[in-house]
Amino acid sequence: MMWLLFGYFATVSIVAGVLTVSLRNAVHCSLALLTLLLHMAGLFVLLNSEFLAMVQIIVYAGAILILYLFVLMLLSLKTEEQHLHKKYAFMVFGGMFVFVELLIFLLQSPFGGKKGEATPEVILNTDHSHAIGITMFSDYILLFEIVGIFLLGAIIGAIVLAKTPTKPDNPDSTQTAIS
Amino acid sequence: MIPLSAYVFVSAVLFMTGLMGVLIRRNFIIVLMSVEIMLNAANINLVAFSHYLDSMAGQLAALFIIAIAAGEAAVGLAIIIVVFRGKMATNVDEINILKW
Repeated sequence: MMWLLFGYFATVSIVAGVLTVSLRNAVHCSLALLTLLLHMAGLFVLLNSEFLAMVQIIVYAGAILILYLFVLMLLSLKTEEQHLHKKYAFMVFGGMFVFVELLIFLLQSPFGGKKGEATPEVILNTDHSHAIGITMFSDYILLFEIVGIFLLGAIIGAIVLAKTPTKPDNPDSTQTAIS
Repeated sequence: MIPLSAYVFVSAVLFMTGLMGVLIRRNFIIVLMSVEIMLNAANINLVAFSHYLDSMAGQLAALFIIAIAAGEAAVGLAIIIVVFRGKMATNVDEINILKW
């Protein structure tokens, strides 16, 4: 049963990923990306991390993808005749080379390491989001604060970049802003 | 029980798909989507190792990666809007003012 679910989620994610990079219409690409993200949330559930699966659905599929679709519809792009790069065969060849190298390295790896303390029994005693919260606000509190400041910077940067520039024939607004 | 290597294989294939997308697509928005695919592949890897090695750290890292991806998407799309307003182009090979 686990293998069936894993096969389904993995196959659909890979197919959706390939569709995302190969479809011609940009809106279709973003819908394929949505499929990919939802099935990846399924893979997270198979890995016993339900909280992360929910965050994946809410933040990725609910917020980031909507942002992409919003910008796509704002710009109203035409579907192009040539949607791939001119020298794409060369790029695909180089990418396959890197992929084979990656596989060789992965096949040599023992996939071992020091075991931690958060065994499934420990997590089941509390629950998953509680365990994540305890870890986040004790060991990773500095990282949490840094991510908060990063998000503030990203918000300010996005607003400053996307703001409509002031008209040059109205110098009063800029002068009052300076003085 | 599914072995860890199966998850790592899925993650490697998805990562290469995203890398190919960054390399071969001309549309800037699709390039950003391919970057999201690569971040997700890294997430699968982190969560799988976190599950198989009984540690919470990988899931925390995946959570922070999701936050970083949200910021990256916001700033990247703002840059796309600015470039589109000035040049009416979203193809990465037409945006070459900084090239020389």
